[in-house]
Amino acid sequence: MTSRHWLWAAALATYAFLYVPLAAVVLFSFNDSQLNAQWVGFTLSWYHKLVHDPEMLGAAFNSLMIAVLSSTIATVLGAMAGLAMQRYRYRWLPALVLTPVAMPEILLGVSLLLFFRQVLDLTLGFVSILIAHITFSIGFVAVIVRSRLAGMDESIFEAARDLGATPWQTFRRITLPLILPALVAGYLMSFTLSIDDFVITFFVAGVGVTTLPLQIYSMIKVAVTPEVNAVSTLLMGVTLTLVFLASRFAPDVLKAREA
Amino acid sequence: MSDTRTLPADRTKWVVTLPPTLFLIAFFLLPALIVVAASLREPGEFGGLAPWPAHSLDAYRFLFRDVIYVEIFARSFFVALLTTLLCIVAAYPLAWLIARSPARRRDLLVLLVILPFASNFLVRIYAWIMILGPAGLLYSPFAVIAGMVYVHLPLMILPLYTNLEKHDPALLEAAQDLGASAWTRFWRVTFPLSLPGIFSGSALVFIPVLGMFAVPELLGGTGDILIGNLIKQQFLEDRDWPLGSALSILLTIAVLALAALATWGAKRGLHGTEAVS
Repeated sequence: MTSRHWLWAAALATYAFLYVPLAAVVLFSFNDSQLNAQWVGFTLSWYHKLVHDPEMLGAAFNSLMIAVLSSTIATVLGAMAGLAMQRYRYRWLPALVLTPVAMPEILLGVSLLLFFRQVLDLTLGFVSILIAHITFSIGFVAVIVRSRLAGMDESIFEAARDLGATPWQTFRRITLPLILPALVAGYLMSFTLSIDDFVITFFVAGVGVTTLPLQIYSMIKVAVTPEVNAVSTLLMGVTLTLVFLASRFAPDVLKAREA
Repeated sequence: MSDTRTLPADRTKWVVTLPPTLFLIAFFLLPALIVVAASLREPGEFGGLAPWPAHSLDAYRFLFRDVIYVEIFARSFFVALLTTLLCIVAAYPLAWLIARSPARRRDLLVLLVILPFASNFLVRIYAWIMILGPAGLLYSPFAVIAGMVYVHLPLMILPLYTNLEKHDPALLEAAQDLGASAWTRFWRVTFPLSLPGIFSGSALVFIPVLGMFAVPELLGGTGDILIGNLIKQQFLEDRDWPLGSALSILLTIAVLALAALATWGAKRGLHGTEAVS
């Protein structure tokens, strides 16, 4: 074997390492057995059980509501931050916007827990989760919007101003249409981040409100059941679709997720 | 320029800058400062913090007096280092291969790296519970490392690929013409040039591993707990918030130091690249 063959073998092994575990999760969600050990036969009963589980449905509803609201607000605030970073070149703004993204999630989680309980004396639940999700999503949207603006010729904004357009007109007629793909991508990205988040939500959720990842966590702590495989498969389907769509609107999205 | 034209422009500046800035000061900066303050307070009788103005350095004294905390910090760094090294080894061949593929195939190969990363974090851990459970390997240090590498691998592949893609193939050809073996070409040309990619990938892997609690909790045994588990315990189980806050501060300091080191390393590597090309 030449060195090139070895390289291919190593690369394929890495792809297999990435995919086989997830493929096993999906496969066993259709397995007609209580145990995830051996293939018995095809069934949809775990999905049936899933959609008739009131706790699971409640968690899915919460996840969806929080994702819709937090990504809407984060898109607006993130777009503003992206515009401000690109146009006014503040030195301090990138640090404020991007540090929440770069820190280990647990640190954001505990600091918000302390803040909500000790300073605001807020009962943890829907509102605290919502605020936390907005906080970690702003940076992602800002990066996507900024990189879209960075590739543009700034003279078009000057031209609009010289032709007598008000700032609002310039925004409505020039800036907004130009950054629209980045806004759609940013929205989809924050939606994915919100619906997927476990660590930060875990700290700020309190006892009353459960989201899908929290529900999965409490299930896998107790036992391995194919119902977890089924909900995992559905969640995987949703996030894969969203990430794929987001990458259609703005190829930079994938880089933002890295950061 | 007249006043009427500068005024609206100034207002635009505040309209876009203020809302996100105020939001992040309220819900990121302020909470971060509260953690510092909380680490200097005393624990309350029923959890939380004791009423103001009770304060002390007890939380920090406690951390440095008990050898168990030093041990857990050391173990966390070791796990993060091992995970990072394994990620480099596993990522390199794949990143290199993608970088050397025809341009039209590259996007697809990159997407294939990102897709598993887009699945839920807990689902990826659960996959390993499923696989290692029947094999009898669950709740071991091995399971923790496997899970850590699995969860973070794409974060190493992507920056490494971005770096390798930029290498000029002429450099390798020149080395070959001068009689360098494949081994020498890799260690003397490709590897040194890829150091910035390795540094940024390492920061992306090392930092989250250091703060991770879910992987050790779900895949490891009782002896495998890391800093993240300790922090979680203090906030949610033992309810000693000053101690949890002190631990969070130490973790923050470690993270900032590492981020500075990685930035420095990536820049140094970059200068090296300029010198070669």
